[in-house]
Amino acid sequence: MSVADVREAITQAHREEWARVVASLTRRFGDLDIAEEAAAEAFATAIERWAADGVPPSPGAWLTTTANRKAIDRIRRENKRGDKQKEAQLLYDDDPPEPPDAIDDERLRLIFTCCHPALAMETRVALTLRMVAGLTVPEIARAFLVQETAMGQRITRAKAKIKAARIPYRVPSAEDLPARVSGVLAVLFLVFNEGYLATGSGTDPVRHDLTAEAIRLARLIRALLPEDGEVAGLLALMLLTEARRTARVSASGELVTLDEQDRGAWDPALIAEGHRLVRERLAAAAAGRAPGRYQILAAISAVHTSARDIRDTDWSQVLALYDQLVRLDPSPIIALNRAVAVAELDGPEVALAAVDRLADRLAGYHAYHATRADLLRRLGCSQESRAAYDKAIELAGNTAEIAYLTRRRDQLG
Amino acid sequence: MQYLVSVINDKTNSGTPEEQAAIDVFNDRLMAEGHWVFAGGLGAPSSATVIDNRGEEAMFSDGPFVESKEYLVGFWIIEAADLDVALKLAAEGSKACNRKIEVRPFL
Repeated sequence: MSVADVREAITQAHREEWARVVASLTRRFGDLDIAEEAAAEAFATAIERWAADGVPPSPGAWLTTTANRKAIDRIRRENKRGDKQKEAQLLYDDDPPEPPDAIDDERLRLIFTCCHPALAMETRVALTLRMVAGLTVPEIARAFLVQETAMGQRITRAKAKIKAARIPYRVPSAEDLPARVSGVLAVLFLVFNEGYLATGSGTDPVRHDLTAEAIRLARLIRALLPEDGEVAGLLALMLLTEARRTARVSASGELVTLDEQDRGAWDPALIAEGHRLVRERLAAAAAGRAPGRYQILAAISAVHTSARDIRDTDWSQVLALYDQLVRLDPSPIIALNRAVAVAELDGPEVALAAVDRLADRLAGYHAYHATRADLLRRLGCSQESRAAYDKAIELAGNTAEIAYLTRRRDQLG
Repeated sequence: MQYLVSVINDKTNSGTPEEQAAIDVFNDRLMAEGHWVFAGGLGAPSSATVIDNRGEEAMFSDGPFVESKEYLVGFWIIEAADLDVALKLAAEGSKACNRKIEVRPFL
């Protein structure tokens, strides 16, 4: 077996088995730290052993067994040092055995623990990327422009808190599930958005590794909770956004807005999958299950991706969906996006009036100024438009977006 | 597993009769469901005395060890299977005493 084959097998096993190995060890030993370290050691051992002995017939089972041995070795070592309290400190799980049709995937417990509301949002994101997605600490640090040591400490502190405060390692009860699932989706959406519109001057404008990871985790949660409408909605939203990835940034590294994108470059397979999910949720909505915000955002995205040309866009449908969304989530950012649809239906003047009403709440948000700049440009108010572009450029964090806004500003007459 | 549930005061009044009545109801529930270990209200920070006997002789100083607008005004010690149970109880406690609450595990 060639070195490349072994490397490929390890990469694939890492993608498919990492979370399962960490989850099953956490369940067995009740300690995230031991599980993470033993899983990492098992993969390191696999690199040596698989190259010498060949890839085992069941890589997942091999990794789990090896990781289990590593964990037991560590516990024995520590017990020899007289750490008799170890067992008492272990996380535990006193749930009665679940019926076979219940949600029983080990990875779900892991996700819910990593996304526990007692942890800070940024900690949940970091922990989920490390424990569930298997990214390394340096990779996560790079993704969020944080020093490696600081990111390492954040994850270490989180593991220590989970253990000391006894954050339970289990899927929440049915009564708590909706709120907790929505917490998990918020983490995934944050990871996706950071990949979709990466912040910081030193990074790529689109971080495909993060968008891909968010989609992979959303697929996993979808497989585990197939009945949850918002899970389907978020997955559809991510797929329909990801489908436009290659068309979103030009060869010169400039952001390409929806109206200027080459729609032929959109990924038809991702769009088809996203549309299927949206149709499934529309059927559920017709049967009386009110859609949540991710489902509505996905439906808006489906309207856009259904139009072969920007001129074919069904703007009244987009506006109707935004109206529905505003009732659910009266945030100024939703109102801002709604105004973009208003501009297409009622003209830029009406839209500008709506946008200006958001001034107090969105003055620090680059998209507010970028939207104003575009509306003012369409109204022929060059000077005001220029000032708004200046403000948007000052506040924007994404390099491709800054390049786009700068060109637009410089094109003003 | 035991948790210290601290009640943080950030206002001037020291608890209304309605708050006290709600706390009594909550305490009864803690006892009935086996979560109760101990609870108590505290005197004002100005009634505190700090003692430091690490040196030659004990030093006494008047007032709390840290001056702040927010301070500990009372606490519960509860027995709970895990943090989820503790957080649920603390959320009800916060409603009952009408104050912010901090949950911290005992070692």
